[in-house]
Amino acid sequence: MDNIILKLLFTLLGLFIVLNWGLLMSAIMQKIVARVAGRHGIPFYQPWIDLIKLYTKRTAITHGIMFYLGPVFRLGGGVGMFLFIPLIYGSEYFTNFSWSGDLILILYFQFFGMLGMALGAGEGGHPNSVIGISRGLAQFTTVEVPMTLAVISIAVQYQTLSITEIVAAQQGGILNWTLFTNPLATAAAMLSLLGAFRHAPFNLVKAPNEIPIGPPTEYHSSFLGVLRTNNAILHVIEAVLFMNLFFGGATNWFELILKSFLIYFWSVFVGVVFPRFRIEQSVAWFLKVPLVIGILAIIIFI
Amino acid sequence: MKSIINDIKTRFEISDIVKQRDNFNFLTCKKEQTVSLITHLKNIEGFSHFVLLTAVDWIEEGKFQLTYILNNPDKKIDIGIRTFIERETATMDSAHHLWEHVATYQRELKEMFGIDFPGSPRVDESFILEGWDDIPPYRRDFDTKKYSEETFFPREGRTTNDPTEYMKKKLYPDEEK
Amino acid sequence: MSDINNNTNNKEDKFLAEENKKRTVIGPDGIEFEIDPLKDYFCDQKPEVRDPKNKVVEKFINWARAESLWVLGFGTGCGSIEIPPLLTPRFDAARFGVQMRATPRQSSVIIISGYLAVKTLKRVIRSYEQMQSPKYVLALGSCTINGGMYYDSYNTINRLDYYMPVDVYVAGCMPRPEALLAGFNKLKERIKAGRAEGANEYAEKFDWYKANQKKIIKDWNMPDYNW
Repeated sequence: MDNIILKLLFTLLGLFIVLNWGLLMSAIMQKIVARVAGRHGIPFYQPWIDLIKLYTKRTAITHGIMFYLGPVFRLGGGVGMFLFIPLIYGSEYFTNFSWSGDLILILYFQFFGMLGMALGAGEGGHPNSVIGISRGLAQFTTVEVPMTLAVISIAVQYQTLSITEIVAAQQGGILNWTLFTNPLATAAAMLSLLGAFRHAPFNLVKAPNEIPIGPPTEYHSSFLGVLRTNNAILHVIEAVLFMNLFFGGATNWFELILKSFLIYFWSVFVGVVFPRFRIEQSVAWFLKVPLVIGILAIIIFI
Repeated sequence: MKSIINDIKTRFEISDIVKQRDNFNFLTCKKEQTVSLITHLKNIEGFSHFVLLTAVDWIEEGKFQLTYILNNPDKKIDIGIRTFIERETATMDSAHHLWEHVATYQRELKEMFGIDFPGSPRVDESFILEGWDDIPPYRRDFDTKKYSEETFFPREGRTTNDPTEYMKKKLYPDEEK
Repeated sequence: MSDINNNTNNKEDKFLAEENKKRTVIGPDGIEFEIDPLKDYFCDQKPEVRDPKNKVVEKFINWARAESLWVLGFGTGCGSIEIPPLLTPRFDAARFGVQMRATPRQSSVIIISGYLAVKTLKRVIRSYEQMQSPKYVLALGSCTINGGMYYDSYNTINRLDYYMPVDVYVAGCMPRPEALLAGFNKLKERIKAGRAEGANEYAEKFDWYKANQKKIIKDWNMPDYNW
């Protein structure tokens, strides 16, 4: 009994670290983008200030129950993913609540937040959020396809659906990583990661200067605060998922921070080089090269 | 250019031909013939581009002057057609059937000058001034300064200088009058 | 003379869009009922004064608010051309925590950039009221102070502070982006000192502001307060 409470406390500690690392990482990435553009960019503590400001706004208005639940679902999706991903391989407490079928569950949780958000933003009643939602869902559906193919490929390769076991199979040297044992699946997943992180060139859904802000047009004050909190968690968690599946996992916090930074940096690196895609372009893009690579990755292991 | 004007002269009652540039002439036409003159210029002479329609308030003579400017993109020549209408009645034939965007100019003139164009689409809807209830603001008997002072809470202490006097004083303070 | 513009007839009905008019509707089950969209679809409850609760906490929160100014991307006059350079490498307003937002719901600062036509004022009021408290107004250019070079125009307002509470004026015609940055810093000082309570002021003197607004916006066809 003590054990589970202790584990819960450690999981909360992990969540706290992940949240702060996510905020810091997004600030660093914004600074990198700014430096590429020749600007100084925001101070590194800006995300925390934004969060404090959003949570302490004096007024907030609601459009109905689903409007409340939208951010809650989104945060539920993010935290749900967090709960089932082992952060540190080999650690008794920071493996969270990982179990034998967690890979499937996480694929589900990835979509869960989007759908909750869709319902909430739909009730906001703003036409722009509806357009944003339909764009976001269209893009994310196509992002999921190569990612799922890659996941199936490594599930076949390692004959398991447990992330812990997949990480365990990659231990013992850099050449055991999926990156080298299954490069096709890694390639497909890393391409779909660009869409999952929604950085340029696939940031049409949420770019502030497109159809205003997209889905969260109507969200403000603490609603937006919850969404931003979730975004910070989600960015780290997705990076950790990719790290676990393809880059050998992490055995300590330093390794986790370094690897998740590099994985996130990959999407930012692509983002500052390429201009933004329109939604039909990005949908078509995901259904071409990444899809073919994903299918090849499966065929090889069957 | 000359041949076109000579040709028009034989068909319509034209007066006051003013040469602005080599490729730009103004001519004055009677009110009843104006729309048919524009139709002729568009269909026969190739003035396919409608540049603008604007009005001038000649309050002393009790008339509005309407100016239509047309452009011939092939020959690169422009022509301006002036016509005078009575200020009291302020009605003119609509030309929206020739170019669609003429309707927008006419809607603006209706709002700003109170010139009516019966039959023009949406001519009665407000264009820029939403809910205007005074006389149309571009008519010269409308006192815009008085209206502004009555409506917009002017800030006290604002002074106005005559630009000539003020600049003289600023730039050449030593100079005598 | 005033009947040249036939807008004066049927004032109430003329300005309402077709779908916003009061009407009787027969439901799918055959029951007749009356709908008044302006009342049913909009909440026109007056804004309330929200006083800060704890002074020490408020000081900290005000610091956060000052360091995170989200500006509504709403350009009114010629000054809107001075705002985009703020985001370029030369001026880089992001250093000061200034970010652009595309929706009034998320922004805390609205910049009235230059002359304000009556038609635009109506949109500005809607946007301002949709912003969430606390919110700040930064008025740019002499047009917002006393009308500037348009002081005698029939269609531009003279004093912005009669229609919404202004926190900081930046004088000039037009002020350069540096002046706008200085205005942002002034606004920050004001917020940190706890003096930027424009939203509360607006709620307190709501009737006076509304009377002024309605005096010049003659086709008032929206709820009194746009939530």
